[in-house]
Amino acid sequence: MLPAFFPLKILRYGLSGKYPAERFIPKAQDLKKSYDVVIIGGGGHALACAYYLAKTHGITNVCILERGYLAGGNTARNTAIIRSNYLTPEGVRFYEQSLKLYREFSQELDFNILYSERGHFTLAHTDAAMRTSRWRAEVNKQLGVDSELIYPDQIAKLCPHLNMSDHVRYPIMGALFHPPGSIARHDAVAWAYARGAAKMGVEIHQQTAVNGLIIENGTVKGVETSRGTVYANRVMQAVAGNTSVVAKMAGFRLPIKTIPLQACVSVPLKPFLDQIIVSGSLHVYVSQSSRGELVMGGSTDPYGLYNTRSTLDFKEGLLGHMLELLPMLGEVKVMRQWAGMTDMTPDFSPIMGLTPVKNYYIDSGWGTWGFKATPVCGMTMAHTIAHDSPHDLIKPFYLDRFVDYAQVGEKGAASVGH
Amino acid sequence: MKVMNCPLNGPRNISEFAWGGEVKPMPDPASVDDKVWADWLFLENNEAGVVREWWCHVPTSFWFIAERNTITDEILKTYAAGDVFNSRVEFSKKAETK
Repeated sequence: MLPAFFPLKILRYGLSGKYPAERFIPKAQDLKKSYDVVIIGGGGHALACAYYLAKTHGITNVCILERGYLAGGNTARNTAIIRSNYLTPEGVRFYEQSLKLYREFSQELDFNILYSERGHFTLAHTDAAMRTSRWRAEVNKQLGVDSELIYPDQIAKLCPHLNMSDHVRYPIMGALFHPPGSIARHDAVAWAYARGAAKMGVEIHQQTAVNGLIIENGTVKGVETSRGTVYANRVMQAVAGNTSVVAKMAGFRLPIKTIPLQACVSVPLKPFLDQIIVSGSLHVYVSQSSRGELVMGGSTDPYGLYNTRSTLDFKEGLLGHMLELLPMLGEVKVMRQWAGMTDMTPDFSPIMGLTPVKNYYIDSGWGTWGFKATPVCGMTMAHTIAHDSPHDLIKPFYLDRFVDYAQVGEKGAASVGH
Repeated sequence: MKVMNCPLNGPRNISEFAWGGEVKPMPDPASVDDKVWADWLFLENNEAGVVREWWCHVPTSFWFIAERNTITDEILKTYAAGDVFNSRVEFSKKAETK
């Protein structure tokens, strides 16, 4: 018996037709003339929605139209943090459902997303941040979410790497501790949904841009694509970053500003940082991925842009603050940097559900909180499309809440300073 | 660092400025209804391309207008707000009529 790593044996295994590489989604084919549902955008939210449309509602005549490549937008550009310790009851209920779906994700979709519970620490450096942390902890506990305000002695015990010194610009006064806070492999989430949806008959068309919408008497009838016209009974857009551009084709405006969010990773290090460390006041979040890289992000850019450039100002600001928290990282090199275009809303909550155009649905307003919501967005948007009526969990996030002066002020979002 | 040309103070680092959002024609606060006011307040054109926006030089609290390309991140033009707006809006009128 040859050892498993013997080169010839590996070569024979590779060349043998007995073990073909699994193709997640079938090869591209011609677009059909019409579908029950067309989804504009091929990111995590769109793929999740197609998966739940097929699985829960039995709607499999579904087509996903993606301008670039699968999950190449914000699904590939986030920092992969999953948590539910938000501030508003509407937000907490919504994200808690997402966390539940994430926990069962690998089992249900038979795809390892490397879901890893780390414990999430939102540090507080001011009296105002301590007050918000206490407020969040009480709202969370009321809704059954594991969340508590802890003090420096406990923080030092749970995160021995943190600099707890008083001799810094912003000493750590406390932290909102959320044990279920997790990270997962973001690409795997999209691939799993894509494979699951494709298996049930959903068509996924990459390199297919939507250039216009066909709307008759206020009802959507189909879309004009770079590969011809496609008719559809129902159409959804899930294109965070480009939301306003697509909504303009449908003829309505949104309370959204497109603002870049930058992030970076360090060279891989041995595993040392188990926890997810966040500071709203310092605009820092950092966790260590399963590859050993430190994944770091901060606040959104100071002005709006449809561009994914990186700036030195951002890194100076982020890393300066991070070194105050973790001074031993001073010699570590940054390896990669990137940016994504986020949909910022005035109340830091998403905009989901029905639109002024009949049979046209929207999943938007994903500022800095979109990845963690991927499964619950898929589930609730599929329900919304199938029943032409918003799912209970997303009712508070309806578009007209701004006109009704009924915003959902989500001060628990990562981009909000306290 | 990116540099912006302030009409009052000349070229300064972009970190000295605050973004104020699109220049939109404001409805008359004395006669407007809540829906139109909400539209003006919240809805954005969020244009990909050349836009006209409010900016503020924070150290001197000087508000002005900039034309900027949101795809290429280029600042095309900056000028004083007085070049466009030349009459005062009286916000107190609305309170008096109620």
